[in-house]
Amino acid sequence: MFEIEAVSQLLAQVIAKTEADYIEARLETNQSSYLTYKGRELETVGRTKSLGGNIRALVNGGWGFVTFNNLSNLHDNVTLAIKQAKMISHEESVIVRGEPVVDTISDKGMKNPVDIPIQEKKELLDRYNGIMLDTPNIQTTFITYSDNHKRMFFVNSIGSSIEQERANITLRLGAIATSGDDIQQASLSLGNTGDFEAMTVFDSDAAEISRRAVELLTAPQIKGGEYNIILDPVLAGVFIHEAFGHLSEADFIYENQRLRDLMVMGKKFGSKKLNVVDSGLLPGLRGSYKYDDEGMPATHTYLIREGKLVGRLHSRETAGKMGEPPTGNARAINYQFPPIVRMTNTYIEAGSDSLDDMIGDIKDGIYARNWYGGTTSMEMFTFSSGEAYMIRDGRISELIRPIVLSGNVFHTLHNIVAIGNDIKMNQGGGCGKGGQMPLPVSNGSPHIWIRQCLVGGC
Amino acid sequence: MQDILDLAMKVADSAEVFRISSKKTLLQFESNRLKNVETKQISQITLRLITNGRIGIASATEASNQHDLVNEAKELTRLGNEVKFNFPQIVQCPHVIVDDKSTGLITLEEMNKLGEELVSLIRQYNPDIICQARVLKDTVSICIVNSCGGQADYSKTLFSLGIEGTLVRDTDMLFVGETQSSCRPLAEPEVISNVVIKQLDSSRNKASVRNGVLPVIFTPNGVASALMPSLITALNGKTVFNNASPLGSKLGELVFDRKLTIHDDPLINYRPGSRPCDDEGIPSQITPLIMEGVVSNFLYDLQTASLAGVKTTGNGSRNRGGLPSPSPSSLVIAPGNIDFHEIIGDVKEGLLVEWLMGTTQGNVLGGDFSGNVLLGYKIENGKVVGRLKNTMISGNVYKLLDDIIAVSRDTKWVGSYLLTPYIYCPKLSVASK
Repeated sequence: MFEIEAVSQLLAQVIAKTEADYIEARLETNQSSYLTYKGRELETVGRTKSLGGNIRALVNGGWGFVTFNNLSNLHDNVTLAIKQAKMISHEESVIVRGEPVVDTISDKGMKNPVDIPIQEKKELLDRYNGIMLDTPNIQTTFITYSDNHKRMFFVNSIGSSIEQERANITLRLGAIATSGDDIQQASLSLGNTGDFEAMTVFDSDAAEISRRAVELLTAPQIKGGEYNIILDPVLAGVFIHEAFGHLSEADFIYENQRLRDLMVMGKKFGSKKLNVVDSGLLPGLRGSYKYDDEGMPATHTYLIREGKLVGRLHSRETAGKMGEPPTGNARAINYQFPPIVRMTNTYIEAGSDSLDDMIGDIKDGIYARNWYGGTTSMEMFTFSSGEAYMIRDGRISELIRPIVLSGNVFHTLHNIVAIGNDIKMNQGGGCGKGGQMPLPVSNGSPHIWIRQCLVGGC
Repeated sequence: MQDILDLAMKVADSAEVFRISSKKTLLQFESNRLKNVETKQISQITLRLITNGRIGIASATEASNQHDLVNEAKELTRLGNEVKFNFPQIVQCPHVIVDDKSTGLITLEEMNKLGEELVSLIRQYNPDIICQARVLKDTVSICIVNSCGGQADYSKTLFSLGIEGTLVRDTDMLFVGETQSSCRPLAEPEVISNVVIKQLDSSRNKASVRNGVLPVIFTPNGVASALMPSLITALNGKTVFNNASPLGSKLGELVFDRKLTIHDDPLINYRPGSRPCDDEGIPSQITPLIMEGVVSNFLYDLQTASLAGVKTTGNGSRNRGGLPSPSPSSLVIAPGNIDFHEIIGDVKEGLLVEWLMGTTQGNVLGGDFSGNVLLGYKIENGKVVGRLKNTMISGNVYKLLDDIIAVSRDTKWVGSYLLTPYIYCPKLSVASK
């Protein structure tokens, strides 16, 4: 590891005296291991290692970006990044420069999950797989486990020099049940910041998803239309991520005057009960970090306060161009990509309603739990539940097939009629944007009740 | 590469080294102007070795730590699954052109000009639109050697040109766009701008549909976004082997409408999905998947094929390094014999679906899809009358494709992997606000 430190010092010297308005470099070593199962068989087991870096230069408003695996042509790569940026040059560069940061964040004391013997990981997955496969009527299963450990060196022309270590584990368990031509599945996504021990406690969840996959074979599919829906904290977290989080990312709007007008501070998006936060500072969550990938400190940012737009997520450039405070939300999935504006841990703050009261107030509706997926076009969004039940006369009733829900950011948040007092953060899954996926994020919320939510049917 | 192979063979019964290196240049236009120019140089080596009938895999970005790579792969053979295949011997690969020198020679300035022209063509049609464009060129070399004497070595060039336009009116956002790709430089931005202008034209008015069941025409983009995710999963030999494909037990059976025929075809010149051999060095072949509605084949790599007791179809794909897994090269859905304008003329009231959002969020394995119509239109008395919004459609791919009214003569490439006609089906469930 001596080599990469020496290279980063050399880089710091090289970029200190270029003609770019701003220039940064990143070097990264990454090790990972992965295991996948399809059915009873361990399908793949492997290890990867990578060493690479990038240079990003800003000249007169244009960005040049170069990535490499070979560390021997640093000068050439710096020159190329600047040449590319110059080709674009059409205006003055406007970015938040901030204070230089010199810091080392190590995860010493944490066990590197990649170093844990693969045999141990396999034994755990065999156990989960056994639980799922032993469930009557489960046809097959799928499991993907991966862990990684990263060491990143960041230097820039402002004089920052940051070394950070980060670890990450994700696990997805899935059970598939079949009957004739019908195939149903249920799955669970888990993740954390590198604590393997914490991944070993999901036996009862493995059993539960297996039972549910089987139950889904006989569960009815509902008709499409508008419904009263209660979302559990996991699904409500995905909802706020898709429904509002992405529209808070300033790179989508900063150069589009109409969108800036549309997303003006103070605009009302929901009732006074609604508060939405993105925070990279919550300890132990997958979306957390001390500095983002432009070397800016992470922040706790209110996006919506009492129903009104009060903040958005920024990179150095979007904050500079919009004249708003920087939030440290520029993130890159790895050295092969430039940092872009991303969420960290996004959540709806707890309210005062109880779940029992919400359900008690609904004569005819749906209780949707857990997530399967979600996406957004910014205005319209869709997200899907992992499980769903009818609510009838104030009671949770029969299991139905999972549902895909859809909404419109300018209307749906107004339709949140109750916000629970039971917030939970969910660490499973990752976020995709601009070809960079899956980025570790987390989402959270209390239970929420949305009226007139559009659901696809059969 | 031979060094690593030799080193591996000291501890293994057989071994294979796969190397991919690429140099990619990407120009990104943001808000109508060039904003970002990227050059990415990547090189990755993946080693697979077999000892005592078990396989181990390790990959790394640099060849410098060859011993580590061999040791890691060797260690993993203790846990790795049992293999019943061996690496292929040297074989003759079919000829297909995927390398065009002019792609490598095209300059940054020429790429910039192309992007600028594309943006300006669309802005001439509608000055309010905000465009994000991408111009990309990529030179990839792939090299495979194995201890059974098999080897493959070829280069591929890729070029793609695409644009997304956003039109904001009050709180209404309209998204339009088109991307085309080839192994050759794309020199005519008009071809792409015309597609986008047509989308803008069709979206000029708003329309709404009633809840219920209506006929639908999927455009080529619509076929890709609504129907293909389930079909690709179901036709994957791995899904079949795991008894999770609804088509698994239907080989040789008539499952779809007779009008549906699909091939996997890696041998079309200048297509990004084409290649002389797959990522395991197996010669490329054209594989019929669905022939006039009858399920004919599934896609296999070496490992899956050996488990299933069949021959690989040469569809081992490594997605730029890593472990092979069955994956289509280019999928070709056979055209029909009716023009699209005649098909649309047949619809009294129905939908023309271009992009569906959220379709992979449902029970993809079972063939269910449910999505919000991100770009789609209402058809009335044979004509597009306007754009649909706040509309969800849902259905089941197997039920839908069992009853096709017509497949168009016109076909179009979607992304880099699918050549498809328009598909017209009689019944689709619609929910709207």
